[in-house]
Amino acid sequence: MKNCEYRQIEPQGLGTPNAAPPPPAGANDADTRAKRRRKWEVFPGKNRFYCDGRIMVARQSGVLPLTLGLIVLTSCLFFVFDCPFLVEHVTSCIPAIGGALFAFVIISLLQTSFRDPGILPRATADEAAYTEKQIDDSASSSYRPPPRTLEVIINQQVVKLKYCFTCKMFRPPRTSHCSLCDNCVERFDHHCPWVGNCVGKRNYRFFYAFIVSLSFLTAFIFGCVTTHLTLRSQGGKGLITAVQESPASALELIVCFFSVWSILGLSGFHTYLVASNLTTNEDIKGSWSGNSGVQNTVNPYSYNNIFANCCAVLCAPLPPSLIDRRGFLPTQESPPAAQPQVELPVFVGKSDLTVEDTCQDFALSCTG
Amino acid sequence: VRPSLQDLRQQASIAAKVFVQRDYTTGTICQFQTKFPSELETRIDKQQFEETIRTLNNLYAEAEKLGGRSYLEGCLACVTAYTIFLCMETHYEKVLKKIAKYIQEQNDKIYAPRGLLLTDPIERGLRVVEITIFEDQSNGRIEGR
Repeated sequence: MKNCEYRQIEPQGLGTPNAAPPPPAGANDADTRAKRRRKWEVFPGKNRFYCDGRIMVARQSGVLPLTLGLIVLTSCLFFVFDCPFLVEHVTSCIPAIGGALFAFVIISLLQTSFRDPGILPRATADEAAYTEKQIDDSASSSYRPPPRTLEVIINQQVVKLKYCFTCKMFRPPRTSHCSLCDNCVERFDHHCPWVGNCVGKRNYRFFYAFIVSLSFLTAFIFGCVTTHLTLRSQGGKGLITAVQESPASALELIVCFFSVWSILGLSGFHTYLVASNLTTNEDIKGSWSGNSGVQNTVNPYSYNNIFANCCAVLCAPLPPSLIDRRGFLPTQESPPAAQPQVELPVFVGKSDLTVEDTCQDFALSCTG
Repeated sequence: VRPSLQDLRQQASIAAKVFVQRDYTTGTICQFQTKFPSELETRIDKQQFEETIRTLNNLYAEAEKLGGRSYLEGCLACVTAYTIFLCMETHYEKVLKKIAKYIQEQNDKIYAPRGLLLTDPIERGLRVVEITIFEDQSNGRIEGR
């Protein structure tokens, strides 16, 4: 019988996120099991996690409550003050449409804010060392410091990949490092303070759905409120009386008026980006518009077909989260003695570890 | 008495790790370079290695393929305001499971007997295929080749 020594090294055994390997015999089992921590607890980026790692936001999510508040408030005022009048005088479809739009807007917003935008996990210590060695080897005997860029050819276009000093790896194409969140994000579009998160590969479609549906909602409310006030002011009453009878409508009108232009503008801009398979980041930097060089640079990621680009950006299969925040850290062979382990309750942010502990734990978790 | 997993990890010490990088020539889809690393020359056939990487590349291409099925999934998801993903697994996730199984199979059949271990790229952020090279333990219990 083939007695292969190496067969016993189960690939899952070395730090698998999903299966929890049995704690090694001889260690203090009960303590280890009770103190198993999840990977989000040692995540090095500036993010906050809730619901035991299911929900994540950027550290500074200050304006998200404002966004939510404005949308909810305006919509509630609409349903309470304008809908009864409109149902009576126009049609009862109005609250139905409004309700559907409102639900879609809120769900898209939450999906954008709470999803992982496409964060790339930092390089493990081994990987970083290997990359450094490759860089040093390529420098050979030159006196200058070794170049920290890598050139690749994508669809006959030369693309320069930069080395990220924080994440210790060469950034894949279209990836950018967000300084607010301190993470490299794939297909980085921009960091949106209104949704309190970066917009990247994994949540761009939700962001797009959010701004498009919000433009419809804002325009819809604006139209309905205008109709409401117009109908009310007919019959010799005048606009002032109408507003006095329904002051909430005036407030909604002001909010919608000022937001509809900017949101419509943003939707239009992003529709252009989607149709040409560009990111805000690339558009702003002018990566493919030939500004930087003499040669004729073309976007190498575009399919040169509006329909194909839209499908690729909005309907492509949703890639999984690469940071595996709910996976367990592999049990350490010799658990550190007397390290205070706090059992974190839900709805609390990351535990208050020092920077060194966090980095060390994360490094250990990745090297298995 | 069979040694425990922990004993083996200590006994079978790691000689080196090789990282197979991503191949970006066709764009941002996940593909790995098929160039045979020099560190593996003494351990495994070039053909075998290339076959593994090529199969992995095909599987990843399948995961990210834009076709009727992915459009349907995207439209369905949009209509249900993406809440359908709470109860349904995405196409990508299904293929990732296939990939995990394939890697395990390759490890069991081909790589582990040669003292090598493939790490699923998903555990390294889909950036590299990490191949751990274990030191050759010539105590007569390994049947290699």
